[in-house]
Amino acid sequence: MKSTVDIEKKTIIDIEKLDLYYESFHALKSMDLQIPEKAVTAFIGPSGCGKSTLLRTLNRMNDMIPGTRIEGKVLIGGTDIYGGGIEVESLRKRVGMVFQQPNPFPKSIYDNVAYGPRLHGSPPKAELDELVEQSLRQSALWDEVKDFLKKSALSLSGGQQQRLCIARALAVQPDILLMDEATSALDPVSTQKIEELVQELRDRYTIVMVTHNMHQAARVSNQTVFFLNGVIVESEDTEQLFSNPKDSRTEDYISGRFG
Amino acid sequence: MIRRLEFDKNLEELRSLLREMGEHVIDALEGAVLSLQQHDTTRAQEIVAADVRLNAMEEKIMDIGSRLIITQQPVAKDLRRIIVAFKISSDLERMGDLALDVAKVTLRIQGQELIKPLVDIPRMAEIVKLMTTEAITAYLDENTDLAHKMALDDDQVDHLYSAMINELYSYMIKKPDAVSQAMLLTLVGRYIERIADHATNIGESVVYLVTGKRPDLNR
Repeated sequence: MKSTVDIEKKTIIDIEKLDLYYESFHALKSMDLQIPEKAVTAFIGPSGCGKSTLLRTLNRMNDMIPGTRIEGKVLIGGTDIYGGGIEVESLRKRVGMVFQQPNPFPKSIYDNVAYGPRLHGSPPKAELDELVEQSLRQSALWDEVKDFLKKSALSLSGGQQQRLCIARALAVQPDILLMDEATSALDPVSTQKIEELVQELRDRYTIVMVTHNMHQAARVSNQTVFFLNGVIVESEDTEQLFSNPKDSRTEDYISGRFG
Repeated sequence: MIRRLEFDKNLEELRSLLREMGEHVIDALEGAVLSLQQHDTTRAQEIVAADVRLNAMEEKIMDIGSRLIITQQPVAKDLRRIIVAFKISSDLERMGDLALDVAKVTLRIQGQELIKPLVDIPRMAEIVKLMTTEAITAYLDENTDLAHKMALDDDQVDHLYSAMINELYSYMIKKPDAVSQAMLLTLVGRYIERIADHATNIGESVVYLVTGKRPDLNR
């Protein structure tokens, strides 16, 4: 189905008739979706519905899975990322990702954040220092780590590690940040910090998040997309979707009747 | 995620309490008008005394609904079911208070002969009892057609009220010594007319419950 969402913001990601197959398994079925710029879009749905698969399609993470076949278009800023001539590395610089488990490198806090900028060039030390500080500030971690930048990232708590991963993703100055259940391994206080961070960041970045926590989607997103069996059932302004969904399958899911 | 079985059980309890509140209001209104017609102060006192039960039911609905919101974090229609239960219980509680006000008029005119036989008041009360039944049925069956029909019933009540006021005002001009009782009877008309408005509010709540949109049936 075509998304009926009426978002005033400019569309940055435009998915057109997207089908994805893992070998013979049809994982995403004829999906159409527009994702607005500088807003938070949440993907919800039961396990196996295709939400993480679609998220991974947005920075071509599925390319690594053998037997994956994709039809249709994923336009980011008007360019089809599955069209010819796209460099996956520069795509992933533009579309960063944060995973369920915090995965800092076994390096210092500073080196974790500086890793991406160093990979994409060799900025002078002063510039790099500034980028690291700015990224750690944006991820609300600076005040907690500014005196220990040379300390191992692995010494941080789980919640701090996840914010470090967000800082690492922001350090390459992406436009889009993908978050795949980024708080599901965290305690409630760390989860709250990440949610507050997402709300801080949404004015500057386009954030697309997969979450199993419906209330998290309701709390932090502008647009919510409900998936079921590889199909987008409903894509709607979050307040509208959680107060008066159009499709009875959405109502049944968010009311706990299945899933 | 909502624990459906427990949630549905509690929702059923809310529905059952609202049905009981509706029945209480109908009985209170019927009793209050009869007490007025029959100078039955004992019945009027019983109605006044019974009001605490209605208040207790409203409080119970608030407790159950609040607990459901806190523990189950309902969304969409489930959340509207609770919001609407709060709103309807508040309307029914007010309807009970207004029926009680009618009974209090019986107590205030104790011992006096009625200045005229009551005609419009019992007719209004009959329609309003029907509206209360319709309101509760519309809620229990989620029947928006019935909710809309109540707006027409309300117009009928407003019409009767207006006619009754005109008649009593003329009466007061002709018989100044009857002014005090005639004023009380206009108040009774006002109380019953307000009960009809609250019943119409319940109809609006039913439309909101079913559609998520807020209509204005009380025009």
